[in-house]
This record gives sequence, C-alpha cells and structure tokens, in this order.
Amino acid sequence: MIKAILIFNNHGKPRLSKFYQPYSEDTQQQIIRETFHLVSKRDENVCNFLEGGLLIGGSDNKLIYRHYATLYFVFCVDSSESELGILDLIQVFVETLDKCFENVCELDLIFHVDKVHNILAEMVMGGMVLETNMNEIVTQIDAQNKLEKSEAGFAGAPARAVSAVKNMNLPEIPRNINIGDISIKVPNLPSFK
Amino acid sequence: MMTPSLKLQDLIEEIRGAKTQAQEREVIHKECAHIRASFRDGDPLHRHRQLAKLLYVHMLGYPAHFGQMECLKLIASPRFSDKRVGYLGAMLLLDERQDAHLLITNSIKNDLNQGIQPVQGLALCTLSTMGSAEMCRDLATEVEKLLLQPSPYVRKKAVLTAVHMIRKVPELSNIFLPPCAQLLHERHHGILLGTITLITELCERSPAALGHFRKVVPQLVQILRTLVTSGYSTEHSVSGVSDPFLQVQILRLLRILGRNHEESSETMNDLLAQVATNTETSRNAGNAVLFETVLTIMDIHSAAGLRVLAVNILGRFLLNSDKNIRYVALTSLLRLVQSDHSAVQRHRPTVVECLQEPDASLSRRALELSLALVNSSNVRAMTQELQGFLKSCPPDLRADCASGILLAAERFAPTKRWHIDTILRVLTTAGTHVRDDAVANLIQLIGGAQELHAYSVRRLYSALAEDISQQPLVQVAAWCIGEYGDLLLEGSCEEIEPLQVEEEEVLALLEKVLQSHMSLPATRGYAFTALMKLSTRFHGDNNRIRQVVSIYGSCLDVELQQRAVEYNTLFRKYDHMRAAVLEKMPLVERDGPLVIEEAEESKEAQLSEATPIPTEPQTSKLLDLLDLLDDDTEDAQHLAPRDPSPEGALGHLLNLPCHPPALYQTLPPIPNLQVFEREGLQLNLSFVRPSEIPALLLITATATNSSGSDVTHFVCQAAVPKSFQLQLQAPSGDTVPAQGGLPITQLLRILNPNKAPLRLKLRLTYNHFGQSVQEIFEVNNLPLETWQ
Repeated sequence: MIKAILIFNNHGKPRLSKFYQPYSEDTQQQIIRETFHLVSKRDENVCNFLEGGLLIGGSDNKLIYRHYATLYFVFCVDSSESELGILDLIQVFVETLDKCFENVCELDLIFHVDKVHNILAEMVMGGMVLETNMNEIVTQIDAQNKLEKSEAGFAGAPARAVSAVKNMNLPEIPRNINIGDISIKVPNLPSFK
Repeated sequence: MMTPSLKLQDLIEEIRGAKTQAQEREVIHKECAHIRASFRDGDPLHRHRQLAKLLYVHMLGYPAHFGQMECLKLIASPRFSDKRVGYLGAMLLLDERQDAHLLITNSIKNDLNQGIQPVQGLALCTLSTMGSAEMCRDLATEVEKLLLQPSPYVRKKAVLTAVHMIRKVPELSNIFLPPCAQLLHERHHGILLGTITLITELCERSPAALGHFRKVVPQLVQILRTLVTSGYSTEHSVSGVSDPFLQVQILRLLRILGRNHEESSETMNDLLAQVATNTETSRNAGNAVLFETVLTIMDIHSAAGLRVLAVNILGRFLLNSDKNIRYVALTSLLRLVQSDHSAVQRHRPTVVECLQEPDASLSRRALELSLALVNSSNVRAMTQELQGFLKSCPPDLRADCASGILLAAERFAPTKRWHIDTILRVLTTAGTHVRDDAVANLIQLIGGAQELHAYSVRRLYSALAEDISQQPLVQVAAWCIGEYGDLLLEGSCEEIEPLQVEEEEVLALLEKVLQSHMSLPATRGYAFTALMKLSTRFHGDNNRIRQVVSIYGSCLDVELQQRAVEYNTLFRKYDHMRAAVLEKMPLVERDGPLVIEEAEESKEAQLSEATPIPTEPQTSKLLDLLDLLDDDTEDAQHLAPRDPSPEGALGHLLNLPCHPPALYQTLPPIPNLQVFEREGLQLNLSFVRPSEIPALLLITATATNSSGSDVTHFVCQAAVPKSFQLQLQAPSGDTVPAQGGLPITQLLRILNPNKAPLRLKLRLTYNHFGQSVQEIFEVNNLPLETWQ
C-alpha cells in the first residue's frame, strides 16, 4: 500500500501532502522534512529508490521518487508495491496533471492545490491504485467541475458575468461619439398607475 | 461590515509575497483569525472558501484543528462545491484518533444512498482514506449495495473501499467475499483492478479464502492472456504495454494462489512462460511486468526450465545499464537467495561488481546480497572483496559491512589464523564501527589458539605501533601484549617477518596508549593491566612500571586509580604473590561470565604447572609441594585449559543458549571434614559439587580459633596433582581472633576433568602464642563424592 504521497520543491516547500495512514500533524511535517532531506541528497543519475526514513517506517518502506525540474514527486510505499510500477504511476499522475492544467508547471500546483487533490483522489484511494486510465480520470474531473460551476447559483452570477464579459469579442467602440445637439420630440406618454 | 474574505488564490499570493518566515507567519495568523471569526459567525456562503484556505495553511504546517467542525457542516450541505472541500478537509484534518470523526458517519451514509455519482465518489474516497473501524462497521452494508450498482465509476470506488474496510475490520471479509466472483467478469479495468486487490487482501488474511479463490485461477489466466495478446490499445496502455498495473496485480495474485499448490501452478505455467518471453523490455512498464512474472515463477511450483529462464532474466537485468532495473534485480535476488541459493550463486561475480556502485541504494543492496552469498567455498575471495568495500564504503554502511564480515568469518573460517587475520584487518579498517562483543570474541579466539599466540602478539604489536586510535584494536592488542609479552621478545616466529622488539619499546607503547587522549577509559584500563602483567613477563627491572603504577594512584579516573592503588600494593606488600596473581589466564568459556578483562580483581592465583618463574623463594617452596605429588604422572599441559574444538565452539555459537543458567545446584551434600587441629586452631573443609559443572569441586576452608590467643598472619596454600586445576581465592582475612572470633574462610576451586582420585596437600603458616608456625600435610580421608 501507498503510505504517503508528497510533492515538494527543490527547497523543501511542500506543494502537496497526502497521508494514507494516521499521523499527527507534527509527525507529518517531520516526515516531509525528513523525506526532503533524504531525497535532496541524491545525485542526478542514481536510481529512483531509497530506503524510507525512520519516521515513515524504516527499511520496510521505500521512497520512490521522480525529480521534474523544480519539483520532487515522492511516493512512500511498503514492500507490497512493485517499485517499477510505482515509477510508472508517478509518470501517469504527472501526465494527467499535464492534461488537466495544460502544460502544468509549479505555479499551477501552488495556486490550485485543491484541484490537484481532486485529481489525485481519482487515481489513488485509501493507499491503493484506483484508476490509471488518463482519459477516464480527466472525464470525471471535468464532470465534477461542471457540477460545481452549475451549482454556483446567484453567488456565482457576478463572477460568471465578469468572465462572460471578458470572453466577449467586442469590436472596437469609438470612445468619443460627438453627437450634435439633438432635439427629439418626446411624445406625451400616458402615466402608468 | 466586514471586509470581503480573500479568495484562496489571493491568500496564496500574499503568503508568497512574504519575504521572511516571520512575515509569512504574520500573514497566516491574521488570516486564521479572520477564518476563525467567519466560522464563529457561521457564514454559509463563504465557508468552503475559508476551509480551503485553512487546508492550505495546514499543508504548510500551521495548526488547523478549529476547522474540524466546519468540515462536518460542509459535508452536510447540499451543494457539491461545499461537499468537495468538506470531504477533503475531513481527509486531511480528521482521523480515527479524534472522536469528532464519528460525526461524519451519518453524512456519509446519506451521501452514499442518494445516487449522485460524484457525491458517492467523494463519500467513498473519504471513507477509504480515514474510515475507522466503527465507521466501517456502520457503513458496510451501504458499500456492499454499491458494489452492484450499474455505474462503473461508483463500483470501482466501492471495491477499493471494501479493501480498506477489511483491513480495519477483518470480520467484514464475510460480506465482501461473495460478490468477488461476479466482479471478476467485469470488463472495466478499474473494477477489475479493485477486485484483484480485494481478492488479494482476502487471500492474505484467511487460508479458507485462499482455498476458495483457487478456483478462479483459470479465469485470471484468461484475463491476463487477453491483456498480453491484445493489440496496442490507447485506452490503458503505458508505453505500449496494455495496462501494466492490472497485469502486475494479477501476477501477484497468481503468486499467492499458486504457492504450494501443484494444480494451480500447473495452470499458470504456460501463461507465465508466454509473458516472460513476449513482454517488451525496452521500457519501464514492460520491465515491471517481467519482474513480477519472475518473482511469481520462482515462488510457485514451476517447471525447472521455467525457473532457469527466470533466474537468467534476473541475471540479464543485473547487467542492464538502467540503475532502477539493477536495483530491482538485486532486491529480487535477495528474496530468492534463501530458496534457490545455487541459482543465485551463479551471479555472484556480477553482484560483487555492484559493490563498487557510487549509488548508495545499489551498493547497500549489493552488500546485503553479497553477505547472503558467502559460503565455505568462496569465503576467502568474498571476504577480500568485502574488505575492499569496507575501506571505501559510505559511513552508514560501515557498521553493517563490518559485522557482516565478522559473522561470515565466524561461520566459515577455514583456519584459525585466517580468522584472526580477518578480524584484525576489520578492526584496523573500521574499528569504531564494530559491535561491542567483537573485542571479547577476538580475545577468546586468540586465547584458544595456543599455537598462534606468538603470531598474534606480533601482528597486534605492529598494528598498535602504527595506529593507536582504533579503540577495539588497541584493547585487543593491549591485552595480547600483556598476556604474551614474553613471546614478543623472543625474536623468531616462522609465520611472520622477524621483529626485534625491546622491552623498553613495548613499555613505551603501552604508556603512549595510556596517555593518549584518544583512548577510552576502558582502553586505558586494558593498557594499564597489560603494563602490570609485563612486570612478570619481562626480565628487566620493574622500575619503569612501578613508576607508572604509582603515578596513576592519583589519577582522576576512579577505575584507573583503584587499579593503580591495588597494583601498587601488589608491588609493595604482596610482591610474593605478584607472580601468581599475574599468571597467564585460562581460556574463558564463551557463554561464561566475562572474566576476561579483570580476573585480577578476584585475585585468583592459579597454581598449575608453569615454566619456572624466577621469583622469591616462597613460590619455589610451593613447587616443592607440587613435586611431592609427582607420583600422579600425567603430562600436564602448560595451561590445561578446556580448549573447545572448533566444532564445539561453533556448536556453542549456533545453539542459542537454551538451558537456564542455574548455577550451583547441588547433589546430596558431602560431609564436612576437619583436616587440622593444633592448640585450638582448627581447619575445616566443606565441599560443594555443582551439578551444572560435574568436574568442578568447590572447597571452603574455614579456620576457627578457640584458644586464648589470636592467630595472626594466617596463610593457607594448597597443591593438587598435575591433572587437576586449582584456583585459590583470596581469604577473608589473615587473623582469627581468640575465643571463637570471626573465622577466616577461603574458597578453593578444583577442576577435575579426568575424574582422577583427588589428593590435596595443604600448607599453613601463621603466628600463634607469639610463635610462627608452619604446617604441611596431606588431607586424608577425602570423601569419594569429591572426585567421582
């Protein structure tokens, strides 16, 4: 089973942390620090597997990690998982993120960490692999996002209006329309009671 | 009116804008105060946004427990966006250790039943991540219902939730076992993946389930075959391999089902061969499947040809340029080394090469595997490789490597000399990383190898002269020099280059160890005692040693000071006993109490046959005593130790001590014997034969005084025939006050390995009534039980 999934940057700042076993908050932060410490020491051309640190369960557990530019993706697993399989899983996860965010970069993960959680929840559940078909996952995420948007109701109306206006393709309107003095004869309209 | 709350993105911007840690803390504290206020006011519109912000700062490590109740409220809300954040919050903030977590059970139940798929999905996800045992029990029926739902999305999640529930509450296996058969017929890969996981979990927990599921082996084989032979499909393929995740899971389940079961193994054989030969190995996905296949082949009752194929695949992977492949190959070989030792041995050269890897993970695996591959035929070569590795390996592997080499040496040493050499080399290279008992083991080993004393002491002396920083080495060397210092001075030894050593050099070296700041207190103790022993081994005058001893009488280290004072006294007042006290030590039993270091503390004087030591006349009189018993001729060995044969020692090692250390259980008591009486002074002997050690006889000599005058300067000495071993412990005193005052007791230990008839001669000297008395007599009428 997968014990934890951690994403942090080259300086150790956490970008996503999901634990599939109960750990106290303090322990969680310590695990993040310890994992960063172990993983950052690694060279560029060594294998992607490490013995787990003491806090996460010692040598029974492994850290399987991939380093993409500024981010480390670390999966902490126990001995029942296939190491090469988890490597592939990380790859599928990143590719899915890429598809959902369109050329994902670290900033996307920073500002949309809740969306990343939702995507991850479609792939790994309770420490076990749930779905690895990218299309399925993306379809599901889209459906959920639509459901959220449709629900926004009145509270979302201003936001929707703003985004509608932003997306409108207006032709250039001349700023100063100089209309001469127009005297329009207004008919005497009956007053409404 | 309060300011509109920040959006999550805006908060993140602000936090990132903070230049220092303190600034960041400030921003976050301010925002948390807002969030807390908002929670208190109960604003439903923005609650999800507030919680999202709280979850963000929680990830950064700030306390967020006050959001737990809000998660509950959000989950209970009808809106999807609320539920989404609420459930995420529940997964991140709540766990089974807080009582609050039970409160969401009802909400989950409602959400599971209300039929909107994304909501059901959320509920299942949360349940499988943080569901406690109570929650699982309450919601088991709901989850079971969802297993039969038409929607594959919900079903696949329900299946995995079932796995989690079984882990928390094993009794629920009964509910989730029946649906498995039907679920296996699904086409949807997600459901299949979950089902295989579920079946695997069930089989691992219960042998009954294992038997039950053996009948689905043909079905599993079929599914796998379809996956392997189907053409390229974009749906689930990863770099050209169709759904490698599902393939790996099926292979793992097949492994569990086929283990120890002929029939199932047979069904799988063809398929495994097919997978092993047809899988594309150019990309990681294919290799993952191949590895799993190899492990399955080795674990079940597969055909011999198939096993050979599997091990060869592993061997090929060992040579692969991809480090990940090599790592997994080493790990797999380690798993196989117990069951298929000879097959793995074939790859020993490659494994040893992997020791040189710069990658720490790989070299660690290679080390474990190399140690497992050492056997009696390759021990010399392997030890050499491992010692080479020890010199250059990363520090965290040093301890493991050193103890691994020592263990291998113990198990497979071809000769004692090789063994001593190996331990010596390990101590020199990695002395600080060896285990504590390595010193004791080496001393015991050297002590037992009598023919190698000269060799050992020379090697150790040279090593010590070069480097006095490695503490275990220094300790052993000091001990050896102290014991066998006389052998060191004799110039020649065939096995080693001639080494001319002067007494002064040796003393200087030991003093250097004593004074060095690198020496631990224990080491200094060793060196000090060694110096003292040399006072009898060396023939020169002892002024230098006396000087050192008296200086250390005021040493700050209490242990050393005590010894110095004792030794000083030995020089001054008990010089006649010094030779006897500092005699060569007998061999110590492996499991026995560690008498190695400071036997002198108990002042055991061993009076066995020894090469004549030029000491005071007192001792020579003792020798006369021994001569009187000469009629019992048996060629006595120098030390008469109980030298255990190598097999015996190994037997000792391999047999974990199982007999309780019940010492001194006695047979029916042997009657006491009065052996001497003169003018009110009586000497009585009482005998004890512990049943633990049949050859041992303990005699307590008690001197009592019923006369009117004190007996002073009482000394009792004893002698036995050569085949016996006698140890005399220090008497309780040397004065027996008059009129039945406190008697003197003294313990004699006699070892009689040959069960020869015991003869005992005693010599008493004392002052009584103003006269000095000396009596020598043989003890008659020794009871038969003392030696039979």
